Amino acid sequence: MKRVYVNEKWCLGCRLCEYNCAYANSGDTDMVRALRGKKINPNIVVEEYGDINFAVSCRHCADPICVKSCISGALSKEDGMIKVDHDKCVGCLTCVLVCPYGCIKEGEHGAVSKCELCLENSCGEPACVKGCPNRAIVFEDRG
Amino acid sequence: MKKYVIIGNGAAAVGAIEGIRSVDKEGGITVISREPCHVYARPLISYLLQGKTDKKRMLYRPESFYEDNGVKVMYGRAAVKIDPEGKKVKLDSGEEVNYDKLLSACGSDPFVPAFEGIETVKNRFGFMTLSDAEALEKELSEDKSVLIMGAGLIGLKCAEGIAERVGKITVCDLAPRVLSSILDADCASLMQERLEKEGIEFLLDDTAVRFDGNKAYMKSGKEVSFDILITAVGVRANISLLKEAGADCGRGIVTDEKMQTSLKDIYAAGDCAESVDSTSGQRKVMAIMPLAYMQGRCAGVNMAGGEEIIDNAMPMNSIGFFGLHCMSAGTYEGECYEEKGEGYIKRLYTKDNLLKGFILIGKNARAGIYTAMIRNKTPLDSVDFETLKKTPSLAPMGKSYRTEKLGGVV
Repeated sequence: MKRVYVNEKWCLGCRLCEYNCAYANSGDTDMVRALRGKKINPNIVVEEYGDINFAVSCRHCADPICVKSCISGALSKEDGMIKVDHDKCVGCLTCVLVCPYGCIKEGEHGAVSKCELCLENSCGEPACVKGCPNRAIVFEDRG
Repeated sequence: MKKYVIIGNGAAAVGAIEGIRSVDKEGGITVISREPCHVYARPLISYLLQGKTDKKRMLYRPESFYEDNGVKVMYGRAAVKIDPEGKKVKLDSGEEVNYDKLLSACGSDPFVPAFEGIETVKNRFGFMTLSDAEALEKELSEDKSVLIMGAGLIGLKCAEGIAERVGKITVCDLAPRVLSSILDADCASLMQERLEKEGIEFLLDDTAVRFDGNKAYMKSGKEVSFDILITAVGVRANISLLKEAGADCGRGIVTDEKMQTSLKDIYAAGDCAESVDSTSGQRKVMAIMPLAYMQGRCAGVNMAGGEEIIDNAMPMNSIGFFGLHCMSAGTYEGECYEEKGEGYIKRLYTKDNLLKGFILIGKNARAGIYTAMIRNKTPLDSVDFETLKKTPSLAPMGKSYRTEKLGGVV
């Protein structure tokens, strides 16, 4: 299936992916209105380490420990994608405790938040990929 | 066609069903469920009382789960005897169920010490099951005082669940601190302060020695009046069926890495099972829901003829009260790295070039990176631990790790 991959060699550390992610998941149709004056809480995070930059988001693992660990049954895997049922999630954060990549976080309204490949929002394709100016983040099928 | 029988209908049973079906789509699966209902998320009963979930949303799997997986559930039945020679389970109804492979996933039951006069207490509840929560809910009102015996995970989650709905809550525990099974004194007091801010009172290092109607007489000499008593002192693994059948048991049913018991074709998983804590090497009952699922799944795969082992189990918990979250994992031994601030503690324990355990209160972003280091026994000298200990992140794990995990399918 297609997943989001990062090539750290090309990542500029510009963090546009973080802003595009926050906007895509804001439900708003105006980027400025969606983000101005707000602390963003994106599902993709850019790491900076010396002169290395790269973006990390959910790996949609083949054998997802977050799904196995979810105590409420809110996390599930459908067609290869790991998704959160926000109605079922009570925000216990057990998934945050087990995700080896640190890709699930406390969201708003008591449920956790994670990358759902922009299939659950109006963007329809990963906004982080679409907006990456140096093609450091790609949406590809690597098996 | 193989016949699988699962005693119990919780997370371990669900894991087993999904594990069996990942290998064997045909075999018959029978679940013997003491509770007369579809599998639900037991730890959510406190959220139910809080109004943060409801009975429909707290189902652990969709309503069509059993049907989708070809599972026959015998609701409201309890197994009373196992015949490992004849390979059958006898039920309380007198029925017998034959098996080729059997899983004990029958969990644990609350343990209530024989307090003097406890039979004189009219409004007394446990806090383990949906029916416990529903019975308690009927008695809740803002003019009532509640005494909760036990300041562990169950007792405190109960306190949080009912805090808005009763007049007063007192929690007592024989231990000198709250959450004594997972926290040390400093960390525990941080959590206690948060609960006290909500008006919850504590009597620690103290317990009831005698009850008389609506009054508890404490070891300290104090007297506590209450309208509702909740006992959350502890739980005990349900081992008696397997023990009588001849299985090796300690505090739980002894299992190997495949979740097999000492009896042929019989497996155990979840809160009734005892297995090795990979961080301490000790054999113990680790009654945590994620592990129950994973053990059940491992058992199911092996029951169906597949190959799976669990050799990296460890205690771990993520629990929050009134917005203050506490995460813990592994064993607290070795050298301790500490960060502390207002409403925030971080402790990482390292020994023999390994991260062995941690406690994180107040800040927990990306905590799973630490958990994975413990689980994978990542040698600390293979990563930049000086950076990692301050900020859990993937960059300090090294280029080959990043290339593999972020560039490939994991």
